[in-house]
Amino acid sequence: MDFNGSDTIPGPRTEDQLPHTAQAAAKIVIVGGFGVGKTTMVGSVSEITPLTTEETMTQAGIGVDDNFGSASKTATTVAMDFGRISITDQLVLYLFGTPGQQRFWFLWNGLFEGALGAVVLVDTRRLEVSFDVMGRLEERGVPFVVAINSFPDAPRYDIEELRTALDLTPDIPIIECDARRRASSRDVLMTLMRFLHSLAMTGSLT
Amino acid sequence: MTPPQRQRRDIVPEPPAPKEGEDKPGNPERMYVVAGPDGERAELDLVTLIVARATDPPPSASPEQAALLRLCAAPLSVAELSAYLHLPFSAMGVLLTELLTAELVQARAPIVRKARSDRSLLEAVMNGLQRL
Ligand SMILES: Nc1nc2c(ncn2[C@@H]2O[C@H](COP(=O)(O)OP(=O)(O)O)[C@@H](O)[C@H]2O)c(=O)[nH]1
Ligand SMILES: [Mg+2]
Repeated sequence: MDFNGSDTIPGPRTEDQLPHTAQAAAKIVIVGGFGVGKTTMVGSVSEITPLTTEETMTQAGIGVDDNFGSASKTATTVAMDFGRISITDQLVLYLFGTPGQQRFWFLWNGLFEGALGAVVLVDTRRLEVSFDVMGRLEERGVPFVVAINSFPDAPRYDIEELRTALDLTPDIPIIECDARRRASSRDVLMTLMRFLHSLAMTGSLT
Repeated sequence: MTPPQRQRRDIVPEPPAPKEGEDKPGNPERMYVVAGPDGERAELDLVTLIVARATDPPPSASPEQAALLRLCAAPLSVAELSAYLHLPFSAMGVLLTELLTAELVQARAPIVRKARSDRSLLEAVMNGLQRL
């Protein structure tokens, strides 16, 4: 980027600026495989047009579903879309759509460690893509809910069948959603917040 | 048709975090910024909010610094700064550490996981989502 023309770097539109009273932000991570609807979900609830933060990764860690550039390149770019919801004048919530492969996660310091919780977005056509993600979140003690993004040609299972297949305990919410619809995506986030609240009530969090 | 079954025992141990200079790009030191009400050192987070202390960048500011200062006339997260500046997240640490040291910006620490047990925070978020 040519910073000498920095006067022209577009920033947020005036109506997208946070008030000066904004004191702190929290984040939620939406994680799932390629094409599962992460960016769609972020975009449907965000108050700003989703933005992208990138990080470069050297060959050793290159993922399989991310074929940026040619094979001769030594680095690949990993992108993460995110959106924003202003909760109050003081509090802001950010949503990050993150690739499912955990080898990408360390690129962004504290992405999961600092998150309030996670939404694992699942496509029943490729259920197994989410297995590893759920294992990693369990290992790290990141509370999560499971959202089944309903694609028209995807196999339908009932929730309890999915709970058994995903080996999830009865307390973990599993809900169907349509990531394209704001109300549906909002419900997913509400489900996560209610779940976190119930964990806080029962003192399951340290 | 039955769905494929997850096997917990299939989970392989997590690979160790890459050593410095190996995988991790352009991030020679941990990204610490001074933040928080007690001035404690906090790690730079994607959602640390950055605010410029003065609207006009000093003449000594580099073009990158000046661009960043203009962007955060109002509070803006590190993630947003990274997006608007087209700079990788790891590059933000260096840039922001300089600006924090020069007291040209202020950093507002994020709400991190331990606050999850804060029920009033969770309730505030739920109320906010309800209004969407
Ligand atoms: N039918 C249907 N299509 C969806 C839904 N969510 C996303 N899509 C489509 O699936 C494709 C991939 O979505 P995207 O959000 O880019 O996936 P990402 O790779 O996880 O970020 C896009 O063409 C979306 O329009 C959904 O809930 N229902
Ligand atoms: Mg995407």
